[in-house]
Amino acid sequence: MKKKATFLSTLGGVAMFFLLWQLMALFVNRPILPSPLVVVPLFLQNIRGELGLHFLASAGRVLAAIVAATLLAAPLGLALGQMPRLDRVVGPLIAILYPIPKIIFLPVIYVLMGITDLSKITLIATIIFFQILVVVRDEAAGLRKELILSVKSLGAGRRALFRYVYIPASIPAILTALRVSVGTAVAVLFIAEQSLTSYGLGYYIVIETYQVLLYPEMYTGIMGMGVLGVLLYFAIYSIELKVSKHMFVDGD
Amino acid sequence: MIEVEDLLFHYRDGVELFRDFSFRVNRGEAWTIIGPSGCGKSTLLFLFAGLNKPVRGKIMVGGRRITRARPSTGLVLQDHGLLPWATVENNTRLGLKVRKFYGPDGKHSPAGMQLNEDEDDKRVNHWLSWLGIDNLREMYPSQLSRGQRQRAAIARTLVLQPDLLLMDEPFSALDAPIREELQKVMNSFHLQSGLTSVTVTHDIEEAVVLGEKILVLHDPCNCQPVIRENHLSGNIDKRNSPEFIDRCEELRDILGSGSGTGRAGGPVFP
Repeated sequence: MKKKATFLSTLGGVAMFFLLWQLMALFVNRPILPSPLVVVPLFLQNIRGELGLHFLASAGRVLAAIVAATLLAAPLGLALGQMPRLDRVVGPLIAILYPIPKIIFLPVIYVLMGITDLSKITLIATIIFFQILVVVRDEAAGLRKELILSVKSLGAGRRALFRYVYIPASIPAILTALRVSVGTAVAVLFIAEQSLTSYGLGYYIVIETYQVLLYPEMYTGIMGMGVLGVLLYFAIYSIELKVSKHMFVDGD
Repeated sequence: MIEVEDLLFHYRDGVELFRDFSFRVNRGEAWTIIGPSGCGKSTLLFLFAGLNKPVRGKIMVGGRRITRARPSTGLVLQDHGLLPWATVENNTRLGLKVRKFYGPDGKHSPAGMQLNEDEDDKRVNHWLSWLGIDNLREMYPSQLSRGQRQRAAIARTLVLQPDLLLMDEPFSALDAPIREELQKVMNSFHLQSGLTSVTVTHDIEEAVVLGEKILVLHDPCNCQPVIRENHLSGNIDKRNSPEFIDRCEELRDILGSGSGTGRAGGPVFP
């Protein structure tokens, strides 16, 4: 059974976070660490203007990458999970590619795909792709033989097995993979947006604010990226709660 | 209901489990198959179910040669096989959903099948309450006891109105009191419905309680079916009667005498 995060516990976490930030700002007492009392009002004001556009550009890239990666990795993972012989051939390749940090291919992708949004989305999608591929494959391969046999005995052929066993079995796994990889995705986005673009929170934080010493403004960008990560995480989490109800019930 | 003619079967390891093996199960009979592990009893059940294919010979179920899973055969396995992400009710409905998914094609579902939601609802409710699990319909398998899970698996099978019920060690993972309870349930079910059934077990008492006829298998290779008529089935309360104990003793003797003569189980390489 997984533990459910309650609204109250989340609120408590947020309160503690801002308290800690304020304490550190008081302790450090330098322009590089402004108080949340300065940053938060500025964030709320700027998000309606230019900062909002940067936020939307970043959010759009991550969402596009999530959708593309899921659409490609889920069917491939299902196929590999059901074809152990094929998996034995490509499995070792995946095992090598999976742990390589995909960000190192940034220059290669830029040269190959050009300085467009597409190259940034591809980079992020590659990271999520492997996460989903591996969990979906393992989930499909791990379904007990007895389960498959007994559903077959109810009359299910290949198509019905897909519809009633493989797909419902892999959706919770996809969501969990997305939830844990979304943090990495935003981190890579931050780096990818530092160059060759004029919109995106990464660009805003490094080029527009940090390099001209606008620290409070820089923090609104940082907050934007943090909010983006948190929002994505909880959005996926709330879908998980709905879809994977059986994982959140009391049981053995 | 089931006719086996000159069956030859072995897995890839080449060890012949059955050779020139013939016998028949008549409509309405309750059979049990008993034997040591590795004797091929589950294999035989899977052959009836169409999930294994004979190497040679022929198996007829309901008058037709069986080549693939047959829609009106119900199968219950030791491992209940419930979908972990579906509630008891949705698990019970799974077979109906699969049938609706294909329509009455005669391959995945009986050819003359009528789709009737009200009728389906009634049957689901009927079997859930008959098996005493209608109060658990919103629960997930992980929240149930083993006995309750097996009840749900039986409900799921019976909802499809099978004309043949095959069970592979259905109660052997259960604690004794729960096992006896379910044996009682299956006894009264057979009494009421007269459904043809074949239950594989390694438990001698269970074989006597559930089987009007008992097929005893030995270590490979099985050629001559050893069949015992058993009028003691269907009455679990007679379990302590001398007659019952004698019958168990007799079975134990048959099982014991066979083990020395046959070839040992496990792969044999030429």
